[in-house]
Amino acid sequence: MDSTENTKPGQGAVQKDWDAIARSPEFKHLVALKKAFILPAFVIFFFYYFALPVAVGFAPGWMSARIVGGVTLGYLFALSQFLVGGIIAWLYLGASTRFDALTKDILGSQAKRSEEKK
Amino acid sequence: MIVSLSVFVAFVASTLIITYWAAKRSRGTSGYFAAGRQISAWQNGFAVAGDFMSAASFLGVVGLISVKGLDGFLYSVGGFIAYVTILLLVAEPLRNLGKYTMGDVLAFRMNPRPVRALVAISTLTTTLFYMIAQMVGAGALVALLLAGSGITYNQAVIGVGVLMIVYVVFGGMLATTWVQIIKAMLLSACTLALAILVLRHFHFHFGELFSAAGRVAYHQKQQLVSSNFLQPGLFYKPPYGAFDLISMGLIFIFGTAGLPHILVKFYTVPDAKTARKSVVWAMFLIGTFYVLTSVLGLGAAVIVGPDYILTHGGTNMSGPLLAQALAGNIFLAVVSAVAFATILAVVAGLAISASTSFAHDFWVNVIHNGEERRPGESVKVARIAALAVGCISIAIAILVGPASNAGIMALLGMAVAASANFPVLVLSIFWRRFNTAGAIAGLSVGLLASIALIVVGPNFMGIDAAGVARHLIQAKPLFPMENVGIVTVPLGFLAAISGALLSSDPRAQSKFNELIVRANTGLGAE
Repeated sequence: MDSTENTKPGQGAVQKDWDAIARSPEFKHLVALKKAFILPAFVIFFFYYFALPVAVGFAPGWMSARIVGGVTLGYLFALSQFLVGGIIAWLYLGASTRFDALTKDILGSQAKRSEEKK
Repeated sequence: MIVSLSVFVAFVASTLIITYWAAKRSRGTSGYFAAGRQISAWQNGFAVAGDFMSAASFLGVVGLISVKGLDGFLYSVGGFIAYVTILLLVAEPLRNLGKYTMGDVLAFRMNPRPVRALVAISTLTTTLFYMIAQMVGAGALVALLLAGSGITYNQAVIGVGVLMIVYVVFGGMLATTWVQIIKAMLLSACTLALAILVLRHFHFHFGELFSAAGRVAYHQKQQLVSSNFLQPGLFYKPPYGAFDLISMGLIFIFGTAGLPHILVKFYTVPDAKTARKSVVWAMFLIGTFYVLTSVLGLGAAVIVGPDYILTHGGTNMSGPLLAQALAGNIFLAVVSAVAFATILAVVAGLAISASTSFAHDFWVNVIHNGEERRPGESVKVARIAALAVGCISIAIAILVGPASNAGIMALLGMAVAASANFPVLVLSIFWRRFNTAGAIAGLSVGLLASIALIVVGPNFMGIDAAGVARHLIQAKPLFPMENVGIVTVPLGFLAAISGALLSSDPRAQSKFNELIVRANTGLGAE
């Protein structure tokens, strides 16, 4: 089945085409932009998340401190993870409209190039 | 009981109608395996959320919070935060690179046969463990809730198994997705209603709930004690508690992104952009759900009380018992029926991903070198595989019986997903130097290490008091933690990276340009 459904554009592309796109400045720009968002976002989220089990596990005393009413720092820290996750998702949705626009340009110029070849 | 039965019968009837509709509509291979790639963002968001909000989270996490407080809530946080990993790293490249399974991405620039064979093994291992956990849960739930009705554990297990086989064999991915959507809606509504009832009990003052949760009284070793349920340390205790928690975190944030039944869902949408939006939908639903588990869990701790919970069916029954305490037997019945529907839907989702992997990765691509000998062969094989998977899990669930600890098996599935599937998946997508040897090393070391450490850990090994045979091996555990991720996840990564560095594979490297272009642009994606 892997060889029979090659109907969509792009499937017929050969190694040379993939290399050409991969080396094109537009594509490099797109990958660099994505990296500039995803890498820091992932690192921040990773460390912020693991701060929770580390704090709860190693400093239960701190995490038991009462902040407002009966609510402890640990519970607020846990709740804040939902907020941070939500913010990252929201920022990523925003950033990805830019990625989508750049992708469209790359696909457009690729289509033009393969037209010219024919 | 009549209410419970009628809610459940209504659910089963509507899902069977959907299955009939899906069976008539679905055409061809991608129709069966990927719902024709016509699922929309919100639909897939509900389906993904549904796949993840299993009985383990609804019953298990609420239960854990109701007897262990804040430590239990950390499971909820892990379950939600896992989707950030999926959103940032996995969903879009996966959708752009593959057709039906995670194996498509791994095999893209590797030697496909050994890699696919191993992926099929790890997929079947993960899903089968998960599935047995769910079925044992379903059987135990029925045995408890319908104790007077004459329905036994075995009958409940067989019932779940047969319905699941019907959904998957006849309706494929389309039916499974819609069953999951309906169930996610029911479960969300049910959780929201319960949370509102809990808050009403405290006169809609969060302060009242939290101050009551700050002094929950219960018996421990025949002594009445009072604990602050918003404090850590009731579940994870020194000396290994902190490491166990970190370990659990690793298994959640990497394991979820390696769960085959979650990943296949991203092939049911038209493109990567829809896949991305569907993850955000899922995050919204899962986030709301998991925040509410703390209200439910703390509510159950205060209103029902740990003592009552532990003597009336155990932690898994906290949610249903809370419903009974707040709104009587009718609501208990509704909640139980929804919990049962949840199990049914999750089991169906697991079965379709297992049978897809068997048919697509193993049968077509390993045994027959990537060619279907006749059109429709892979769908036929998948249907037979679903039947087989269903029968095997029914048999094992009956064999291990209602007393077995279902949680362990779900944990094992997650550990394998985090230590074997995730490292290899991420390295395939992002590391040019990665290759076949790395994939084989990562998959096999991750798989074997997780199973081995869980078997020598406190879930299987322990010395029980006379008359209680909870542990399979009566000896001091060789590995001190329940969650093995802190060792097995780095081990999986290490094996994958060193395997790749120790071998050279020019084809895998030269195909990386194609992979990175496809992954980022969707060019050539089906």
